[in-house]
Amino acid sequence: MEWVNLQTLWFALIAVLFIGYFVLEGFDFGVGILSRFLASDDTDRRVMINTIGPVWDGNEVWIITAGGAMFAAFPLWYATVFSSFYLPLFLILLALIVRGVSFEFRGKRSDDRWRWWWDQAIFWGSLLPALLWGVALANFVQGIPIADNGLYVGTLWDLLSPYALLGGVASLSMFTLHGAMYLALKTEEGGVIAERAHALALWLGLVVAAGVIAFLGWTYLNALAVGDTGVVPGIIPVSAMLAAVAAPILVRERLHGWAFAATTAMIALVVLTLFLNLYPRLLVSSIDPAFDITVSNARASDLTLTIMTWAAIVFLPIVLAYQSWTYWVFRHRISRASVEAPSDTPMQVLERRLARHRARGQERDT
Amino acid sequence: MDALELARIQFGTTTVYHFFFVPLSIGLAPLVAIFHTQYVRTGEERYRRLAKFWGKIFLVVFAMGVVTGIVQEFQFGMNWSAYSWFVGDIFGAPLALEGLLAFFLESTFLGLWIFGWDRLHPKLHVATIWLVVLGTHVSAYFILAANSWMQHPVGYTIDRITGQARLDDFVAVLTNPYLVGQFSHTILASWATGAFLVLGISGYYLFRQREVEVFRSSARTAVALAVLASIGVAFVGHEQAQHLTDAQPMKIAAAEALWETEAGAPLSLFAIGDVQDRRNIVDIGLPRGLAILATNTLDGEVQGINDLQAAYAEEYGEASYIPVVGVTYWSFRIMVGAGLAMIALSLFGLVTSLRGHIADHDRRFNRWWLWLLPWAIALPFLANTAGWILTEMGRQPWVVYGLLRTEDGVSGAVGTGYVATSLLGFTAIYGVLMVVTIGLIVRQVRTGPPEPVEGEELDDDHRTFAPLGAY
Repeated sequence: MEWVNLQTLWFALIAVLFIGYFVLEGFDFGVGILSRFLASDDTDRRVMINTIGPVWDGNEVWIITAGGAMFAAFPLWYATVFSSFYLPLFLILLALIVRGVSFEFRGKRSDDRWRWWWDQAIFWGSLLPALLWGVALANFVQGIPIADNGLYVGTLWDLLSPYALLGGVASLSMFTLHGAMYLALKTEEGGVIAERAHALALWLGLVVAAGVIAFLGWTYLNALAVGDTGVVPGIIPVSAMLAAVAAPILVRERLHGWAFAATTAMIALVVLTLFLNLYPRLLVSSIDPAFDITVSNARASDLTLTIMTWAAIVFLPIVLAYQSWTYWVFRHRISRASVEAPSDTPMQVLERRLARHRARGQERDT
Repeated sequence: MDALELARIQFGTTTVYHFFFVPLSIGLAPLVAIFHTQYVRTGEERYRRLAKFWGKIFLVVFAMGVVTGIVQEFQFGMNWSAYSWFVGDIFGAPLALEGLLAFFLESTFLGLWIFGWDRLHPKLHVATIWLVVLGTHVSAYFILAANSWMQHPVGYTIDRITGQARLDDFVAVLTNPYLVGQFSHTILASWATGAFLVLGISGYYLFRQREVEVFRSSARTAVALAVLASIGVAFVGHEQAQHLTDAQPMKIAAAEALWETEAGAPLSLFAIGDVQDRRNIVDIGLPRGLAILATNTLDGEVQGINDLQAAYAEEYGEASYIPVVGVTYWSFRIMVGAGLAMIALSLFGLVTSLRGHIADHDRRFNRWWLWLLPWAIALPFLANTAGWILTEMGRQPWVVYGLLRTEDGVSGAVGTGYVATSLLGFTAIYGVLMVVTIGLIVRQVRTGPPEPVEGEELDDDHRTFAPLGAY
């Protein structure tokens, strides 16, 4: 594949995987966080969890695939990032473990203490990664103390600079708002959860807009200070800020679908800004630019990148197609009645459909 | 203990733990899919109840497999960054492909299966669980391709400038002779694991004569799978041992505690070794057994540990190339012993199933067999764990056979305190989750399959979106 710059292509594809992950699992995290604040009882919490029930696991695969793609396309990047961000990643892993099983486990028993524990797991397991991913990504751009050959020489505190923490607060608040818009769309119109999500979004949207403007502004100033703005065309961060400002306005107009589109665009554009700012670097060394991990010094061989490119060309559209189809299948809003309905078990419904199906078959035969 | 040792303990612990759930998912998924398919085809109530009952257990197991799997992917970079850097060009691609081709497939379609009861046409719905089955198997293929490359590197060159392994031939990596054996062995072992769980729980019910109609069906299906898988896994294992004799002779020698090269070597049944003096004090063996196992001939020569050590020292430099012989020797015996017990139990099941009295509680032998089955659930787990310990510890001191030593693969930048923290953290959370998971499965077993539905209601007006309330 000489007609394409493979390392740039894979930089772009990994950016796409991260954007996909933050846009999709972003609202999962938001719903998990908001399950503590917007629900008035257990039924409400079940409604909220069920809005993401069929999709959260598929959404999480985006980061697993992104990790695999980092490993395959830029082994040095993968090795350095994962060993440098050791404790944050350890916390993210713990969070994703308890959060993942809690969706499956919490409904298995109806006792209050059991559910209380899994609700804690859902809340903290959503909040921690929502915060820490922002911290991590901000650090990619700002730089961390890595020496020659990708060896991290800093401490935990080097990862917690004010800029990185702002990145964390920005991601946490963006995902929470994104989750609120998702709930406004996926729960009963005019219902308690949708209304509470709407009310929260009215003020949270302003916080997010301020956070995004501050974070992207700081990103740009940082880049100017070292005289290297990557390849950021100003229009990308500016659009991100506009989307962030548009979200609370659209909420005020009760255009929740558009507001969700705005938070989606905002997250995608913020992540895109960071990646564009990074290029052609992958991880900045705060010690010496000579130690930066870049697309050229970290890349895999032409052969590996070519094979991966063909796999991505063939399979990424297929994945997108069936994931989109899933969202289409589960496009309906979820109400309290729908999670309560004790008489109509899934199997009873299937039973009826089967019976109907066979009855039609018999009609045809006779 | 230093970071290297802790990182090794962490990898061993998290991997063994992860691999409790993986084979169970791979083995249970097809059984759930079979029951669901039977239901859609025949409309018989017992199949609906079986699909539902085993489906619930499958979901608990699958969730645990997913969340512990993320740790596996991250851990390479966290604790083994030097290794990751060295192998990334080859090892990363199967990992990325596993995500793209398998994880997306299984997680998305599992979501559709769980929540799709009311949404999808029954035939389309049953297709979603078969896609999950496909996903679990494709996933196994790619991760085992990666592992096989560590066992038997093929299709690579070493970069003269950086010293990294570079991909030379991807088809060779995907058709690695080691992989052919390892994939079939692992898949058959996984089917056996699923079959023995279903058999064990069915045995629990049949022994108590509860829900006989329902669990007779699942026991018969599971027996068929158990026979196929437990015998198949032994045959493939035999092929693997022969391949290993060429590819990793040290592993075979250590697994047999064979210190000196021998023609027509016996198959050791019980040995007490003296690792210091590199010899066995006690060794009881089947004459010529190892020669047959390793070479398919009565007088084939099998190389001993001492000769191999001398040869490796010459090739790779002065160091010990002997894995922990006691661990390899006994893990091999535990694996084979558990496997043989599984073959015996499933063959008995086949006979009693063919004679049509699998659920018969009054026949003496059958009653003992039913009583044994729940305990036999432990057998495949024992065999799986021992098998992986043999595979991975038998390869030491190498992490990539002949290319990279384990001690050279560890992260340079990660201190002992960090690894200790994560080891403690994972162990604690994994311990709690194991108790919870077993508790939930036991609870599910005690609760039993869902109530049968009487009559056929066609009233479409009362349709609600109830299935969405699955959580």
